[in-house]
Amino acid sequence: MNSLQQKKMMLTSLVLCGLVLALAAPAIHRVARGAAGYVLALYPFVAAIVLAVAGQKVVAGQAMREALPWASELGLSLSFSLDGLSLLFGLMISGIGVLVLIYAGGYLKGHPQLGRFYAYLLLFMASMLGLVLADNLLALFVFWEGTSISSYLLIGFNHRSETARKAALQALLVTGGGGLALLGGLILLGIVGGHWEISALTAQGDVIRAHALYDPILVLVLVGAFTKSAQFPFHFWLPNAMEAPTPVSAYLHSATMVKAGIYLLARLSPTLGGTEMWTGALTLFGGATMIVGGVLALLQTDIKRLLAYSTISALGTLTLLLGIGTTAAIQAFAVFLLAHALYKGALFMVAGTLDHETGTRDLEKMGGLRRVMPITAAMAILAAVSLAGVGPLFSFIGKELLFEAVLHSENSRTLLVATALLSGAFFVAAATIVAVKPFFGALKATPKAAHEAPPSLWLGPVVLAPLGLILGIFPGFVTYSLLSPAIAAILGRAEPLKLSLWHGFNPALALSGASLALGLLAYASWPALRRTQRGREALLGFGPARWYEVGLFALNRVASLQTRLLQNGYLRAYVMTIIVTTTALAGYTLITREGLPALLTRPLQEWDVRFYEAALAALIVLAAYAAVRADSRLAALAALGVVGYGVSLIYLFFGAPDLAMTQVLVDTLTVILFVLVFYHLPKFASLSGKFARVRDAAIAVCGGALMTTLVLVTNTVTLTEPISGYFLENSLPKGYGRNIVNVILVDFRALDTLGEITVLSLAGIGVFALLKLRPQGEKA
Amino acid sequence: MTSLILGTATRLLMPLLLLFSIFLLLRGHNEPGGGFAGGLVAAAAFVLYSIAADVSTTRRALRFEPQNFIGVGLLCAIISGLPALLFDKPYLSSWWGQIKVSGFIDIKLGTPFFFDVGVYLVVLGVALKILLPLEEQAELQSEDARDFSVEEQGSSGRNLEPS
Amino acid sequence: METVLAFAIGGLYALGLYLMMRRSIVKLIIGLAILANAANLLIFTSAGLTRGRTPMIGAQETAVRGPVADPLPQALVLTAIVIGFAVLAFTAVLLKRAYQTVGADDLDEMKATDT
Repeated sequence: MNSLQQKKMMLTSLVLCGLVLALAAPAIHRVARGAAGYVLALYPFVAAIVLAVAGQKVVAGQAMREALPWASELGLSLSFSLDGLSLLFGLMISGIGVLVLIYAGGYLKGHPQLGRFYAYLLLFMASMLGLVLADNLLALFVFWEGTSISSYLLIGFNHRSETARKAALQALLVTGGGGLALLGGLILLGIVGGHWEISALTAQGDVIRAHALYDPILVLVLVGAFTKSAQFPFHFWLPNAMEAPTPVSAYLHSATMVKAGIYLLARLSPTLGGTEMWTGALTLFGGATMIVGGVLALLQTDIKRLLAYSTISALGTLTLLLGIGTTAAIQAFAVFLLAHALYKGALFMVAGTLDHETGTRDLEKMGGLRRVMPITAAMAILAAVSLAGVGPLFSFIGKELLFEAVLHSENSRTLLVATALLSGAFFVAAATIVAVKPFFGALKATPKAAHEAPPSLWLGPVVLAPLGLILGIFPGFVTYSLLSPAIAAILGRAEPLKLSLWHGFNPALALSGASLALGLLAYASWPALRRTQRGREALLGFGPARWYEVGLFALNRVASLQTRLLQNGYLRAYVMTIIVTTTALAGYTLITREGLPALLTRPLQEWDVRFYEAALAALIVLAAYAAVRADSRLAALAALGVVGYGVSLIYLFFGAPDLAMTQVLVDTLTVILFVLVFYHLPKFASLSGKFARVRDAAIAVCGGALMTTLVLVTNTVTLTEPISGYFLENSLPKGYGRNIVNVILVDFRALDTLGEITVLSLAGIGVFALLKLRPQGEKA
Repeated sequence: MTSLILGTATRLLMPLLLLFSIFLLLRGHNEPGGGFAGGLVAAAAFVLYSIAADVSTTRRALRFEPQNFIGVGLLCAIISGLPALLFDKPYLSSWWGQIKVSGFIDIKLGTPFFFDVGVYLVVLGVALKILLPLEEQAELQSEDARDFSVEEQGSSGRNLEPS
Repeated sequence: METVLAFAIGGLYALGLYLMMRRSIVKLIIGLAILANAANLLIFTSAGLTRGRTPMIGAQETAVRGPVADPLPQALVLTAIVIGFAVLAFTAVLLKRAYQTVGADDLDEMKATDT
């Protein structure tokens, strides 16, 4: 392979390397031991560098694209592309990935299944990179599901805990259900747009938005995105997912995976966005999520759950901004996205460190830790200030832009401004709780005596939290190289972006101040707020989480009921079910298609019968009837022989001597076979009652009537031209045979025959095995 | 249950039946017959023989175990499809050659014939593989076999197999 | 004639299915055998019947003359007959085996050994 080709497959190999590395991770862990985290972190590190270098071209306006044929008949090709949006996400994924892998090495040090943990984490990492780089809708979906599955494995990593298992299942069912909806949406999108490549679909935006299927596409895609990104009313799985080890929470459930839904919305924004429905749905659900997440965050005492709810609120903000969709809103989106990843990643790592060092996650039980954990405390406070969005920090810029965006939105401006203000206040309050409660005040006794964490645990916060400060002061580092291209990709056009901390005295600044004041007020009343906990629990009892539980319970009940009903172990019940279902379905179709009168009069239409033929048909049925009524096995067998020979005569009368001959021979062998087998079997016994017999007879007659009708109908329907003409014409010239049936068997359709004699062989060997197999205790 | 008449008749019939089965196989391409019918006739011949004599004699007459027929037959059918690949055609496409001695022989021979031979052998092998062991089991309890034909009617007693 | 055979096929299906719903294993096997015949006839008949004219090319001719029976369903049924035999043998031996192991010829009693 020359260097050019290597370059072409760069993104593909980036993703695939991660998957391979995931498989190798346990082995690497065994060899490298404590250093494994650092070793494995090389993968995201290299990925980040590769993306950053490749990003230079993207910034210059050249999108990268590469494709591998996969199943081209299905429109499935493994195609990747790198544009501004994927670059932003890809760098976040790989950059934070480096820190998380190192953090995980310290956090789970000595855990017996750490190797497996690395494997899951790398699997996730590769899937997530694939997701944001994928250009094909179906490939995107595959990676989308990959993140769901690895998230399931990671949440349930502590599989001995029942709550962890439940939370993992909940996350899987909610995001997996959404994934199904998304698949439907993406397929419709591909059909309507006529392309499976997102890059090609972008140009089709106007066609798709005007199409009749636009509404279902949008609804299905939104369900997928909302479940993944924990939007109200699907938000409940995210706090429960905090059962996962903290590196997972920091990585999947704040910085990356939950943003996959946001990414998808941003990615499809040029294709689907801009309509009233898009704006309405995104602002409505985004706004609701902002408020719900913010309120619930303040009611938590578990630091991870508090952060999780504030993440939900942040995800709502991002959705809202995409919904507004103006240039200002998208600029705010990009800044907010990056800022949030930086501070929330840091805060989660701090939360994990606190848990690790003190043995508790309860904010009430911690206090005064700033003296024993100075580094962690400093980083936590810096990140919390970021969360609050005050001071010379990057997130402050984001918050200002958010207020700008809602102030200049076209519809329901008042409501949006109020929502933004309130959620801003909640952010401030949550940030104050996180910064003050564990670190200030008197030092409280914790389950473990706290002391400063090892470097691997504070490395992440030390990188991420100050980055928020540096970017706040020098936003120019990222505006041109990272944010502008992303914004251009979402908007579909390039817009100048200038970021600065100070915008002068304007309404946005006033709103910032108001939210700060409100937030501090909320913090002051936090103890009072939490006393309403009981009321909140009653309120939540009827919330979406309850619907999920009821749904799950009902599903299990239905499943066990129908299993007991259908899989009851009675062979005849199975036969009955099959006959009744088939008769009902086929009968319904026949009656609706053909009409009942036509079906009933059909037998009278054609009546070209010769006497001996009719007599033969009657003989066959009578013989079969005799087999049914026979008292002894031998009589039944004789009757069965008559049926077979009768059928062979019919073949003979209607131009099939080959069939007649085969039938006679097989019939003979069958009778011999039955004599030999029946000899070992018991005599006939009447086991069923009268009612059962009448019922079975009725069902059997229904089945028979259906078959009669089917034969009558097929004789008058020609769906396609019969292909026999080809065989008749070409048998001699191409097959050199005059017996056309034989030519079909050994030449035209020889592969079928080969399959059939293979089945024959298997049946023969199977019979032999059954005969030779001796149960224990039985003599030969 | 050996019977003199059946035994004698079978000894005479046996070669004829086998010859007939091969005849069916050979002419199958142009007239009624073919591998399936031929294989069944051959199988029926051996089964008849095993009824007249006994299974071990039949096995000796067969010379090979039935599973060998199955294996060789399948192999024959599979190999008959291979020449097509040499000519860059789909697997199992027919390929014909001609053996000609002017005035005497004019035979067209093609891969479908070998395929049919494969079918013949598989059918023969499978039928015997199923029936011969069953007959052996029946022979083991030949005393009870006589009761089978005079089964009393409608009795509710079930006779478990005495094994 | 298709009409008459259609009724015969329906009758065979009904009788075969009835036997398959009985509890005795012997009846189940006989039912299966009847069903196999019915299915073969069904395929054969649904392509339409032609009296007497076999799908064969005469010795001196190069193509079939006039309407002949459809060769395709014949080819299908031919293999179906032979496979039917093998499957029937397999079923019969399997049930014989089950009977010897469980010691019950009532299919309802065999249910208990499922678990």
